[in-house]
Amino acid sequence: MPILEVQGLSKSYRQAGGETTAAIGNISCAVHAGEFVSFVGPSGCGKTTLLMSIAGLLAPSAGRVVVKGKEVAGPPPNLVLLFQEYNKSLFAWRSVLGNVRFGLEARGQRATGAREKARSLVELVGLTGFENHYPWELSGGMQQRVAIARALAYEPEVLLMDEPFGSLDALTRLELEDALLNLWAELKTTILFITHDIEEAIYLSDRIWVLSRRPSKIIDEINIPFARPRNQLTTRADGHFMEIRNDIYRKISN
Amino acid sequence: MEERNKFNWAGWLSFGFLLLLWELGSRSVPKLQLFIPPVSQVSTALAQLTVAGPIAEHFTITVSRFAAGYFLSAALGVSLGIILGYFRSLHSLVEILIEVLRPMPSVAIIPVAVLMLGIGDSMIVAVTVYATVWPILINTLDGVRHIEEMLIQTGRTFGLSQRKILWQVILPAASPYIGTGLRIGLSIALILVTTAEMVAGSKGLGFFILDEERSMNSSNMYAGILVVAVLGYIINRLFLLLEAKIMKWHHGMMTRQTA
Repeated sequence: MPILEVQGLSKSYRQAGGETTAAIGNISCAVHAGEFVSFVGPSGCGKTTLLMSIAGLLAPSAGRVVVKGKEVAGPPPNLVLLFQEYNKSLFAWRSVLGNVRFGLEARGQRATGAREKARSLVELVGLTGFENHYPWELSGGMQQRVAIARALAYEPEVLLMDEPFGSLDALTRLELEDALLNLWAELKTTILFITHDIEEAIYLSDRIWVLSRRPSKIIDEINIPFARPRNQLTTRADGHFMEIRNDIYRKISN
Repeated sequence: MEERNKFNWAGWLSFGFLLLLWELGSRSVPKLQLFIPPVSQVSTALAQLTVAGPIAEHFTITVSRFAAGYFLSAALGVSLGIILGYFRSLHSLVEILIEVLRPMPSVAIIPVAVLMLGIGDSMIVAVTVYATVWPILINTLDGVRHIEEMLIQTGRTFGLSQRKILWQVILPAASPYIGTGLRIGLSIALILVTTAEMVAGSKGLGFFILDEERSMNSSNMYAGILVVAVLGYIINRLFLLLEAKIMKWHHGMMTRQTA
């Protein structure tokens, strides 16, 4: 049984003029435990709407989302959504350690051991020495690391990521991609990732769903054959990598 | 930040100079001394009043009225502000009422309060609460309405209940605004307490100042004014100290953004 199932999901909005526009048109897919799966699609194709609906933060217009056999009616307890805008979603009044502890507290972990655990998570995302800094004292890449550590502290079985590296510079981005893959390999979380960066999706994922323009539909499913652990140089240099990239690009731009 | 902590020599020097000017000016024009006695005379009066006791009693009464009025306003203003900020429909229901009542000078309701509550403590506290609640309410409301939507969504995706989102997300996120409201409220509360005491009190610093003026005892009157001034200064300082401690993160963030 898949850990996460999306069944016939669609979402439309009523606009000011009274017309309705469809953001998502009938999406069905399933994610298995431990997988790293990505949605890739053009900007403005309703990706965020899709992820918000899966996270139980938006009610779909039709269809349903099932997490571990339970239909999603509100935010499910075993799933967390990580936003692209770390600067808006981190708590400015909490230190790095405080933000990570928030994830533990939300899970119901009380004071005993929480401090140690938060420390080890901070170390895991490579922020040792910055425990007592506030988020706004850190660079964008470091802030997103804090957000990732906070999400992992919650110990979600499914981690949804909405273009988490979208606003970072290219080098920081590659660095965080590898950091994420290492964490994923270590913690065996299921990750559902969204990006408009085709190569990022290929580099990270086991499987990719290619989304169309609005109202978004899945137009293709692609299995990524590369062995793990992957490498920014050799994996991307693989002749097959470009083939997949071009294939996806053609499908999206059509 | 460093600028703020430095001792302001020039400022204190010019303040001292002003006092000196007062002293010399008053001494050189004896006709003026009935209205503006020299500082030294005011200080002597203050010392005598303190030793003999009356000032301490008035001081305690004013401070306790102020504290009662202020803390009631803070509790009322913050909770109402959060409720109105959170429930938009409730806010539109009372929006007009707020807009009509708020610009009215609060002292105008003193006669109404006297009619309804007499001239005791309850009247003075009620008037203070009425005036002080506005800035706290309006700023809290503003703070809650300006909260980044993503913060609340973050709280939700981490499975927080409504109540926990209120305490762990909304309240801290709105705290800079709430702090501003609470600080404005301080001076308003002190103004209202002294004014109400002047209009309809038989005790308190406001009453004392007016009473000494009517007895043509200007040194004592100035002594009373001095005490109110120092009280206002101390209250404000204490608040800033406390705020700097609690809101350290915010001051740091603001300094960074303007740097």
